[in-house]
Formats: sequence, structure tokens, C-alpha cells
Amino acid sequence: MAYSDKVLDHYNHPRNVGALDKDAQDVGTGVVGAPECGDVMKLQIKVDEESGRIVDAKFKTYGCGSAIASSSLATEWLKGATVDEALAIQNTSIVEELSLPPVKIHCSVLAEDAIKAAIADYRSKRGAAGQSATAAQAPAAAGDGTAS
Amino acid sequence: MTDTPQIATFPIYMDNSATTRCDPRVVDKMVPYFGEIYGNAASRNHAYGWAAESAVDEARSQVAQLIGAHPKEIIWTSGSTEANNLAIKGVAEMYSKKGRHLITCVTEHKAVIDPMKHLEQQGYEVTWLEVDGAGRIDLGQLAAAIRDDTLLVSLMFANNETGTAHPVAEIGKLCKERGVLFHTDATQAPGKLPIDVEAQDIDLLSLSAHKFYGPKGVGALYVRRKNPRVRLAPILDGGGHERGMRSGTLAVPGIVGMGEAARIAREEFDQEVARMTALRDRLENGIRKALPDSVINGDVEHRMPHLSNISFPYVEGESLIMGIKDVAVSSGSACTSASLEPSYVLKSLGLGDELAHSSIRFSLGRFNTEAEVDYVVDLVVKEVTRLREMSPLWEMVQEGIDLSQVKWTVH
Repeated sequence: MAYSDKVLDHYNHPRNVGALDKDAQDVGTGVVGAPECGDVMKLQIKVDEESGRIVDAKFKTYGCGSAIASSSLATEWLKGATVDEALAIQNTSIVEELSLPPVKIHCSVLAEDAIKAAIADYRSKRGAAGQSATAAQAPAAAGDGTAS
Repeated sequence: MTDTPQIATFPIYMDNSATTRCDPRVVDKMVPYFGEIYGNAASRNHAYGWAAESAVDEARSQVAQLIGAHPKEIIWTSGSTEANNLAIKGVAEMYSKKGRHLITCVTEHKAVIDPMKHLEQQGYEVTWLEVDGAGRIDLGQLAAAIRDDTLLVSLMFANNETGTAHPVAEIGKLCKERGVLFHTDATQAPGKLPIDVEAQDIDLLSLSAHKFYGPKGVGALYVRRKNPRVRLAPILDGGGHERGMRSGTLAVPGIVGMGEAARIAREEFDQEVARMTALRDRLENGIRKALPDSVINGDVEHRMPHLSNISFPYVEGESLIMGIKDVAVSSGSACTSASLEPSYVLKSLGLGDELAHSSIRFSLGRFNTEAEVDYVVDLVVKEVTRLREMSPLWEMVQEGIDLSQVKWTVH
């Protein structure tokens, strides 16, 4: 199978390989795929709470060259984007950018899923923090509110 | 390690179980038959025909000698696929009044599996033997599967993906005792394993020239003439060539090439096996030393000397092949197909899909050198290490996570 130059470039020089602290509150982690399907992607984002922008993105991928390239490209696009902009990234853009052939479209789908999973994880951490603040400590929070 | 390896061509070819380069001696022998010696081997009336026929006769003897057969027992075909089809369908049709049951194995090549499935659709019954983790069949299971109405047992000489060799002589003996015909797809075996249709009690045997340094497009089926005399219904009807079993004008240049390839495979068998074994061991030892958790698939005791199927856990096969593009090999992962199914052969060995997806088949050949093997070892080790750094599975394992306990999002 012939790979496009962009796939080869990402495969040979993957951007943003690595890991962020998955327990950190400002980090969202998405792991999608399964070893028996031949690809697993782990994508992580670090979000600046103030601006809502993604300040860092890292990936690790077990999969074919197109899967590696899709996730590498995704991290490039994520850095500097707002969370809402990140949510709008569609697999078809990845297919277009990397000139993926039809049999490799699932790699781009997986990358989109990984982005959404990482954002969902980040939001659930924020939500959990927010919820625990509003639910468990509601009276205290209300009290704080009146006090200030 | 300090001297510069003398490597003539990139990528280094280590896919000799897919096909081999024609030996230059084979090419030299074939060339005149594309030119001045152009007769039809079936033309009995003139010197052009006689010259072609005599060349075909010589090749027939060479191929017969390679497998311990009589020249009259060799039927030329277009290759192993045709030979397998002819053996299986030919026996089934010829003896259909005697029975309608056949036995084969799940790790056979598609050229055996699909004719068997074709027969199943026509109302024949096929028993599919399973294999153990090394790709071996159980002779007890085979014996138990043979019935009064069994026509044929078809089991390959050695597996094309793992190199595992079946106990052909024991299978042949069992079939003979039980009065069942034994066909073996020996496509991978010439020059790698000793073949003797008498000692191994083989009734039908498929060969393909291009797997042992002969040309593509020519093969042969050995059909036993005595004890018992095997008869086949032909697939191709026509001029009645090849004792009526395979009509069609003989492809004389290819046949001449196959004869020469058979001669070389037989005469140079010992040295070739010794050389392949040494190169294969060098490859495996080099890789295992640097990557001790790599897994050699198949039966390491009973196998062909030139082939090594290795799984590299936590690294996906297609990406590895992409990384080692300086070497031409095959992957157990079929991620390039829409199905994303890993090799059915490796799966039937009980390999998890993940290991099957991570496997590479190295098949060495006559023209590989030690320098090439050393280069490939270094390349594979370097690339597996790089891809592991990029692998979430490797990271999880380093963190002490049991991958089998992870809940994956299967897509």
C-alpha cells in the first residue's frame, strides 16, 4: 500500500508523542480502540482553565502508520484550539489532510473519537469538581456567596 | 559489526515464502525455449515437437527425482493452486460413489480451504482438524476422523505462515492403513524438507516452481500410479494431455525451468538447509537477544529451516513493516484489507488477535547473506523500540497494567 507523503512524514516524525499526568485536573485523557482491532489511541489534552484553550496535547498510538499519523495530526490541531473548536474537528478533515484511502478511514474516525473522549474526560473532571462543589457543599457555597 | 555490510539491493528480500527469485541457472536453461526451441511438446511428427518433448521429459524426471516419484506420475499444472484444486476436486468427483467425506485442517492454504468449501456446497462433508498452539495436528484426532466413506485426507507438508511441518510420514502411514488417499500441499517444502512419496506414503502432492527458485506460472501434481493407482476427474477437458488429467499445451519454457530448479533443490539440499538454518538462527538469536519478549510462532522443533514468524508484542505489524521498509517481509496483520482480520492461521494457533496483529514473517532464501541478516536485526530492533515508545499498550504494561483486564472500546 502506498502512503501519502503527509502520512509518511507524521509516521517518521510524529509530533507530540508522550504522556501528560492523567490524574491532573486540567488534563483530559481519551483511550479508544482495542488491541484485537489492531489499533489503540491514547490522546491527552491539557486545558488552560482561564482561557479554555488547549495548551498541550500528547498521544501514543498502537496501530498502522495511518493511525499514528491521524493521532499525530490531531495533536497538532488541538494545540491552541479552544475546547469547543476541538469538539468541532471532524474525521473527514483528517482524511482530507492526510489523503487517507478508504480502508484507512477508520483511523481518522478513531482519532476523532479520541479527541471527544479526552474532552469528555476533562469535562467530567471539571463537572465532578463543580458538582461536588455545588451538591455536597451547597450550603457552604451559598454562605460563601453571601459573605462576599 | 564494525565492517560495512555488503548489501547489493534494497529493500532486502526476505519474503521467499511468497515467491523466490529465479536462480540464474534456471533462467539460462529456459532461454532457448523462448527462442529457437519453440515446438509443441505434443507434436509427434517433427523435430520441433520432439525437441520440446525431450526437454519436458528431462524436466519431468528432475521433478520426479526431487520427490522420489516415477516421471510418469508427474502432471504439469499452472502452479500449486491448480494442483490442489485438481487433487481435491478430481478425487472427490472420481470416487463420489465410494464416499463423500474429506478431511483437512484449518491452517491450510486458501488453495486447499476453498476447494474444500466448494465441495461442501456440493453436498460433500469435510472434517476440519484443529491445531495446537504450535500449529500441529493431533494424529489421534485424524485417526478418529477417518470413516468408511472418507475419500481423501489433505494436509500440507509445511505451513506457509509459520513454517510448522506436519508429521507427513505418520499421516501417510495412517492413511495407507485405513485405505484413504493422502494429498499433501508441498508448495513450501522443496529444498527445505526431505520429500519422498514412497517413504512418506503420499498419494498426491502439489508443487509450485516459483517457491524454489523456478519460474512463476508452472507447477506439478504428483499422482500415484501404483499401490494404489490414483485416478482423477480432470478439471480442464480438451486435448487429453498429461494422461487426460490436465489438457492444455504444455508451457515448455516454464517446465524446463521447473526441472532445473528441482535438480538444484535436490543436489544442493544439504548445504542449502545448513545455510538457511544458520541464517535463520542468526536472525532469531539477534532479535531475541535485544527484544527478549518477542515470540517465535509455530513449532520450533518441527519446521522449515528458512522461515521465522515472530510476534513483537505491543507493536502493530503494519506500522512495523512501514518502519522496516528496507526489508521486504510479510505481516500477520491484514489491516490493509477492509476486514482488519489478522491471519486466520495465527488465530487458529490460539494467538490473541493482538499478537497476531504484531507478527512478521521473515522467510530467507538462497540469495540472502549474513550481512543482510545482521542489518535486518539492527533495523527491526531499532524500529520496534521506537514504536514501543509510541505505544499506549507498552506504556500500560510498564505501569503494571494487565492488558487482558482492560475494558477496550471495540469498534
